[in-house]
Amino acid sequence: MSLRIILVDDEPQRTALLSDALMAHGFTVVAVFPTGADLPRQIAALQADVIVADLDSPDRDTLESMRQVTFEQARPVVMFAQDGNPETIRAAIEAGVSAYVVDGLKPERVRPVLDVAIARFAQFQELRSELDKARSTLAERKLVERAKGILMKRRGFGEDEAYKLMRKMAMDQKARLVDIANKIIEAAELLG
Amino acid sequence: MEQVTLKIGFVPLCDSAPLIVAKERGFFAEQSLGVELSKEASWSNIRDKLAVGLLDAAQMLAPMVLSGTLGLGNMRVPLMTAMALNQGGNAITLGLPLLRRLRDGEAVLPGLLRLIAEDRAAGLPPLTFAMVYPFSTHNYELRLWLSGAGIDPDRDIRLVVVPPAMMVSHLAAGSIAGYCVGEPWNGLAEAMGLGRAVITGRQIWDGRMEKVLGLRQDWAAANPESHRALIRALLSACRWIDGNRIETAEIVAQPQYLSAPLPVIRDAFEAENGLEFHAGDANFPWRSQGLWLLSQMRRWRQLPGGVDWRATVDMVFRTDLYRAAASDLGLTCPTENERIEGGGRFDPASIPKGIID
Repeated sequence: MSLRIILVDDEPQRTALLSDALMAHGFTVVAVFPTGADLPRQIAALQADVIVADLDSPDRDTLESMRQVTFEQARPVVMFAQDGNPETIRAAIEAGVSAYVVDGLKPERVRPVLDVAIARFAQFQELRSELDKARSTLAERKLVERAKGILMKRRGFGEDEAYKLMRKMAMDQKARLVDIANKIIEAAELLG
Repeated sequence: MEQVTLKIGFVPLCDSAPLIVAKERGFFAEQSLGVELSKEASWSNIRDKLAVGLLDAAQMLAPMVLSGTLGLGNMRVPLMTAMALNQGGNAITLGLPLLRRLRDGEAVLPGLLRLIAEDRAAGLPPLTFAMVYPFSTHNYELRLWLSGAGIDPDRDIRLVVVPPAMMVSHLAAGSIAGYCVGEPWNGLAEAMGLGRAVITGRQIWDGRMEKVLGLRQDWAAANPESHRALIRALLSACRWIDGNRIETAEIVAQPQYLSAPLPVIRDAFEAENGLEFHAGDANFPWRSQGLWLLSQMRRWRQLPGGVDWRATVDMVFRTDLYRAAASDLGLTCPTENERIEGGGRFDPASIPKGIID
């Protein structure tokens, strides 16, 4: 029977990416929850076998407590680390994934779930850092353009001249171009 | 010194103050340490990142250094501590709906006992209480308090784990009837009119270390001078906090650290019977407290037989390293490693040497 998986993650794009990949591998994603769902009840109600959670989800401490069997909870849940491979654990933690399994499941059945999750989390991390970089480059470019405009208007410089002056200031002060642009904008705002 | 830049994890609470103050007031810099503080969402995260070396040290619940070393939780990682960061700061809060069910003038515990019996007779589900982690002082405090009144925490109520910062919203949503947590999350519930703290952790069991500075044993062995400098920096920070409570509250209340209203945080730092950061040997890692924590784990069936309690505690609570760093600063410290704990309720001499079944 196909493993039944719950995803716990506040990042909708990432859960979509991971859900699709897990389904493509023949697993069943029975539910996706944001932080704060009542996991002990949900795991029992949905008969889940595996819970894949964002490492930074505060719900992890709740999942940890499901190791002990209590009177209402027939299925103890343990962190997936029992295949004893420290490299797997390290890779998972670095990618930001944690996985919990119902006690008694064979590690070789669960291992592919973790592999898919690690790969998708890592892919998402990369996508996001590229996006952040693109966003900040764009923001920086806008600041530089604004500072250039100030110099052109107030000092009567041509565009090239204004840019060269800013580059020289950056080199002389061992600063980034965007920091110089910020200073010019601040100074202009100060002077009104 | 072996390593001068360190990454240290913390879970946002009032008692993260020693780490935050050491950074913001320059006590790390004074010891030539560059420290990056990493805010973590769970105690599990702290343990796992420490285990794989993504963190060099961390604020930890005192029982976690034992559970990690013994592999009682989900991951076995040999840990140690040479310094407690504070004592006190916990309390048990009950939500208004539960408090309203008590009769006028009725004491809380007998009232709870009555309500549990009445609910059971009426076929209602048990009351749900929350604490922050299976291996936490909060778990043991709540269990001690309830069991002292004849309430069985495993049968008579439902006990769940909720992260500290989410306690108040769970209480507001009515999914829990009460909880045991560190400040500012008791004060906040009271300020919002959602509940009331009925007893503090120190009223349940006084003189006990709360958070500790946790490290991997192999990291500490490879970086003895960095570790010693780290303890010096944190001891200096703890001493400073004791004399500068209001300023500490303001530092801790910055949004990158603790997201709670300043007045609530300030009250927590100024409360009587609350947080202690240095006075009364609050930083000394008493081995008798390690033994007491093991006795609690055993009582609540977290610790199996076949463990040498004393050997474990000697390895995990490094009083020798504390003394070395304290003497660098000219501080006096206890000459004994053990003492009678809990106002006479726990005598460490009752724990034999060797493996205990």
